[in-house]
Amino acid sequence: MQRYARRKLANRIAVGASVGTTLFGLCWLFLILGTLLYNGLAGLNLKVFTEMTPPPGSDGGLLNALAGTLIMTILGVVIGAPIGVMAGTYMAEYGRHDKLTKVVRFINDILLSAPSIIIGLFVYEIMVVWMGHFSAWAGSVALAIIVIPVVLRTTEDMLLLIPNALREAASALGAPRALMIWQIAYRAARSGMLTGILLAVARISGETAPLLFTALNNQFWSWNMNAPMANMPVTIFQFALSPYEEWQQLAWTGALIITFSVLALNIGARVMAARSQKTS
Amino acid sequence: MAPLPNAAPTPKTKVDVKNLRFFYGDKLALKGITLPLYENKVTAFIGPSGCGKSTLLRILNRIYDLYPNQRIEGEVLLDGENILAPGQDLNLLRSKIGMVFQKPTPFPMTIYENIAFGIRLYEKIGRSELDERVESSLRRAALWNEVKDKLHTSGLGLSGGQQQRLCIARTIAVKPEVILLDEPCSALDPISTSKIEELISELTTDYTIAIVTHNMQQAARSSAYTAFMYLGELVEFGDTERIFTNPTESRTQDYITGRFG
Repeated sequence: MQRYARRKLANRIAVGASVGTTLFGLCWLFLILGTLLYNGLAGLNLKVFTEMTPPPGSDGGLLNALAGTLIMTILGVVIGAPIGVMAGTYMAEYGRHDKLTKVVRFINDILLSAPSIIIGLFVYEIMVVWMGHFSAWAGSVALAIIVIPVVLRTTEDMLLLIPNALREAASALGAPRALMIWQIAYRAARSGMLTGILLAVARISGETAPLLFTALNNQFWSWNMNAPMANMPVTIFQFALSPYEEWQQLAWTGALIITFSVLALNIGARVMAARSQKTS
Repeated sequence: MAPLPNAAPTPKTKVDVKNLRFFYGDKLALKGITLPLYENKVTAFIGPSGCGKSTLLRILNRIYDLYPNQRIEGEVLLDGENILAPGQDLNLLRSKIGMVFQKPTPFPMTIYENIAFGIRLYEKIGRSELDERVESSLRRAALWNEVKDKLHTSGLGLSGGQQQRLCIARTIAVKPEVILLDEPCSALDPISTSKIEELISELTTDYTIAIVTHNMQQAARSSAYTAFMYLGELVEFGDTERIFTNPTESRTQDYITGRFG
C-alpha cells in the first residue's frame, strides 16, 4: 500500500509538472499576442490600408508594404510551388525506389531547416550582385527557395499516403502513369497538398531576412519588379528601430496584421487538413 | 494436369500459361506453372496464403511491373500472343485484361466519373453515348437501381459491397476480354458476397474470368475449373466438380477438407 501511495504521488508530480510547463509555454504566446493587440490596435485604422508609408514625422499607412508583400509572396509561391509539387511527385510516384529520391529527401530536409538569412545572402550573391541592384524579382526568388522544400515535403508525404491499391486500380484499367497521377493521385491528395502550399505562404509572408538582402525596401509605391519593393517584414524592422513615434506605431500595427494573417492561414490549413481526413 | 478424359469437351483456351517462373528478388515464388484459362469460363485459384495464387493473377495483366526487383521466366499467351514479350504495350494489355482487387478501390470522384474514366482512356465518344455506356455497365454490375439517383455524388459514399460492384462496373465498362478477380469478396458481408457471386456467373457469357479465393464454397459455387496451388507449385488443375469430389492428389484432398491451410 505504501508503494501504491508513492506511485500515486509520483504520478501527480509528473502530471503537475507537464501541465505547468505547458501553461508556462502558452503563457508567452498569449503575452506576445496580447502585447501585439494592445499596441497594434491603437494604430489600426483605414489609413493603414489606403496610404503609403510616410516620411518621418508625418501620418501615413502601409499600403505599399502590404502590396509589395502580397506581390512577392504570390510570385514566390507561383515560382516555388510547381517546382516543389513536381519534385515531390517524382519522389513519390516515379522514383520511389531510386537512390536519387533518398539523396533529394536528405538534402531537402537540410534546406527545410536552413536559416533564411543564408538563403537571402545566396540570392544576393547570384542575383543582386549580378543585376547590380536590389529588386522585387530577387525577393521573390528568395521566397520561392523557402517555398520549395515545404511544398516538396508535403507533396511527397501526401502522395505516399495514397494506398497503392488505388494506383494499381487505375493502371489495371490501362491508364498511363501520368494520367493516373494527374487524375487519381492528385485528386486523392489534393487537400493535403493545398495545405502544404498554404503553410508555405504562411511561412514566407513573415520572412524578413531573405528580403533584407534582395528586395530591400521602398518608401514609395512601385510596380517595377526590377527595382527595390516595399514589404511588410523589412518595413516593420526599419520602423520599429526608428526614433519616430508614428513609425513605431505603424510597425506595431503591421506586426499585428502579419501575425493575424499568418494565424488565419495556419488555421485555414488545419481546417482543410481535417476536412480531407474526413472525406478520404 | 489436363482435365480427365471423361470431362466435357474442352472449350477454347483464352489464356495459356506455360512453365511460368517468378522471382521476388532472389526468392522463387512460382515454380513453373502451366495451366489454361478457358474462354467464357470461370477458373478459380485456391490454396493457402502465400502459395502464389495472387502472384499468378498479378502476372496475367502484368500489374507486377509497377514494382522493381522482380523477374519472370516462361510464357503467358493471350490468344496465342506472348504478353511477357518485350515491347508489349502494357496499357493496351490491361485494357484487354481487367482486374478487381481485394479491397474496393473507388477513385476519389463521382460514381459517373468512376465509370467514365476508363471508357475515356481508349474511346472518344459523345456525351449521350457515354451516358449509355455508364448506365449499361452499372446495370451489368447490378448496381444501377441503387445509384441511378446519385450518379453525380462521390463513389466513396457507397457501402463496401456497392463500391466493389462499382469497381466491377468500371472494369467491364472498358470492354475487356478477361477479368481477374483477386479475392473480391474477402472484405464484404455475406449478402454482398452472394450478389457478387451471382454477378460473376452472369458475366461468364461474355468474359473469361479468373478468381483468387480463400473461400472453398465460393470456388465450388462459382467456377467451372479450379487450380489448387501450394508453395508456388500448381498441385492440381481440373473441372471444379472433380477437384472437389474426387481429387487425384492427396494434398488437394487435405486442403479442401480443411486439414491444412
